[in-house]
Amino acid sequence: MKKLIALALALVLALTVCTAFADEPITLKIAHIGPTTGAAALYGLATQHGAEIAVDEINAAGGKYRIELINEDDEHNVEKVINAYNAALDAGAQMILGSTTSKPCEAAGAKGYEDRVFFLTPSASSVNVIEDKDNVFQVCFTDPNQGSASAEYIAEHKLGTKIAVIFNNADVYSTGIRDTFVQKCPELGLEIVSEETFTDETTDFTVQVGKAQEAGAEIVFLPMYYTPASLILKTAAAKNYKPIFFGVDGMDGILDVEGFDKSLAEGVMLLTPFVATSEDEKVKSFVAAYQAKFNETPIQFAADAYDGIYILAAAAEKAGITAEMTAEEACDLLIAAILDLSYEGITGSMTWDESGAVTKTPMAATIVNGVYVFED
Amino acid sequence: MMTKAKRKRLIYNLITFGLVIAAYLILQNMIDAKAISRSLKGLLVPICAWIVMAVSLNLVIGFSGELSLGHAGFMSIGAYTGAIVSGWFLSAFDMQDPTLRLILAILISGVVAGIFGALIGIPVLRLRGDYLAIVTLAFGEIIRNLVNVLYVGTTDGKLYFSFLNKNLPEGVTMLVDGAKGAVKIKPISTFTIGFALIILTLIIVLNLVNSRAGRAIQATRDNRIAAESMGVSVTKYKMMAFVTAATLAGMAGALYGLNSSTVVPTQFTFNQSINVLVFVVLGGLGNVLGSVISATFLTVLPEILREFADYRMLVYAVVLILVMIFTNNPLIRSMMNRLFGPVRTLLRGKQKKAPGGDAE
Repeated sequence: MKKLIALALALVLALTVCTAFADEPITLKIAHIGPTTGAAALYGLATQHGAEIAVDEINAAGGKYRIELINEDDEHNVEKVINAYNAALDAGAQMILGSTTSKPCEAAGAKGYEDRVFFLTPSASSVNVIEDKDNVFQVCFTDPNQGSASAEYIAEHKLGTKIAVIFNNADVYSTGIRDTFVQKCPELGLEIVSEETFTDETTDFTVQVGKAQEAGAEIVFLPMYYTPASLILKTAAAKNYKPIFFGVDGMDGILDVEGFDKSLAEGVMLLTPFVATSEDEKVKSFVAAYQAKFNETPIQFAADAYDGIYILAAAAEKAGITAEMTAEEACDLLIAAILDLSYEGITGSMTWDESGAVTKTPMAATIVNGVYVFED
Repeated sequence: MMTKAKRKRLIYNLITFGLVIAAYLILQNMIDAKAISRSLKGLLVPICAWIVMAVSLNLVIGFSGELSLGHAGFMSIGAYTGAIVSGWFLSAFDMQDPTLRLILAILISGVVAGIFGALIGIPVLRLRGDYLAIVTLAFGEIIRNLVNVLYVGTTDGKLYFSFLNKNLPEGVTMLVDGAKGAVKIKPISTFTIGFALIILTLIIVLNLVNSRAGRAIQATRDNRIAAESMGVSVTKYKMMAFVTAATLAGMAGALYGLNSSTVVPTQFTFNQSINVLVFVVLGGLGNVLGSVISATFLTVLPEILREFADYRMLVYAVVLILVMIFTNNPLIRSMMNRLFGPVRTLLRGKQKKAPGGDAE
């Protein structure tokens, strides 16, 4: 019994000593807003999981800040995202990581602009997300940047000059990239030989792929998410049509599509800032932690959100955010801080300008033997 | 008998208006006293819009007995028209007053949606059977796909429209940008205007229903042949209900669209129409007060259930089923009857003793 008491006393003593030496960490309340249910849940869950990994790491490292993550679901819906945003602020959020998808982020960001709330979106890539708002910043490229970067990459690496474009004309992401890509091509000496559209409900791509094949395209540009892309690859294989397929970051994840023959994706190129098989130390440790916790391979969205939490923590430190500050008080300080910040993350080294867009080098990966490999 | 029916109607209307006005006064006081959470405050305008949607759909389904599955289509027409009108008035006429802009946008949206309603109603309501359901279903989808490729811009006080391609002159301010939807809307909707729209809707619907035309509308629902033999023009009265509902839905759409900075076509899918249908069915066909309550309840419910995170919609479905069971359970009904006995007797006009008293 005495021993126990002694032990308990020692423990208490040790604890008091510990707390006396270490500065009490400041608790930051960051809200993650993204679609964790509904049609775009895959992306919302990826950003949520990526953010959780970063929060775990930061809290375990015991630095100046402790982060409390508030998760709110927006269902990829422009009405619901406002509810999610209000709920997050009611819960005391000081800054927002989100929203994951473009249109909800645009709506919530505009509300945040009025209320003065700082937004850092991991993956909402539409220009409208940051346009006319000084409070919203992006971790990912904007869609037009992806479109022009893709055209430049194709021209620079002389992959071919005859290009077919297949895009989803009911989708903001897809049309946004397609618009600047098509605009950029002529000045780079690239010729668009065929342009075909589809919508969210399309499941048969025979016509679109057939048109590209008839036009003799050497490159088929696919600005879309991976689900329709996987169908296009299947259709092309069935037609024995073998151009270079060039995708953008939404193509990331194509290797994980259930029932998809990975060999069809062989040689597909995609513009992405992150590949899970990279040899980079930081990427490796992130992927390992992610796999251990969620038992799946992280996609680019998760990596963006992981970087996003670190960027928010770095900006908060620079701005001197304290636990007592409200979102409104923190907003302008964070804006000033992020403009000064240069961050080296797993999706590249990043800086920001007043527009809210990120500056980082575009990188293209090729699928070789069923894994993504970075080009030089 | 007439006086009893009139009294019954008066009490029902008083309760409906009284509840809405009381709710408005309480909430407005809470806003003034800043005693309201952000979440609830953010929900107020959407609730107003959904109430108007539910009440107007009830007019079609509950009173004229036609099934409309494209109510969200009228709402999207309203939302887009509202965004265009508001943006245009601001840039062309420098109309800074948000309330005036909002009211004009709501009125014009109502007219535009009403015209679309008439265009659909004229051919379809001449037919017998479930054609309206099929056509409105298609209409909702067609509208959604049309606005998906609609580009509208404004410059120097002129409006430019373009379909399929963004062929607009240089330097226009985009109001509607294809798949990106209506962009850069200045949110101007207020709870007070939302409340005024509900009151307007209730006045229109309750008066229409209780008028000579309203009785004709209900007669065409109950027995088409009997109504026709009495000289009631079925098409005319069904049109009246349908166009009124479309107009009100367009107004609700403008209120809803101008509450956000952006509107996208994907907000107005078939699912959204079904959502409004659920409000109506849960509230009771032909029960205006029921529609008001169920639209409020079902808009707030998912937000109350936020703590359940991923299981939210599961719990939502369970609650929905429970409400349906409970409101139809004879045991619970009789209990409710005993609890609210006096009120009910007044409302029902002593139905049990004199079943003829409810034959209105």
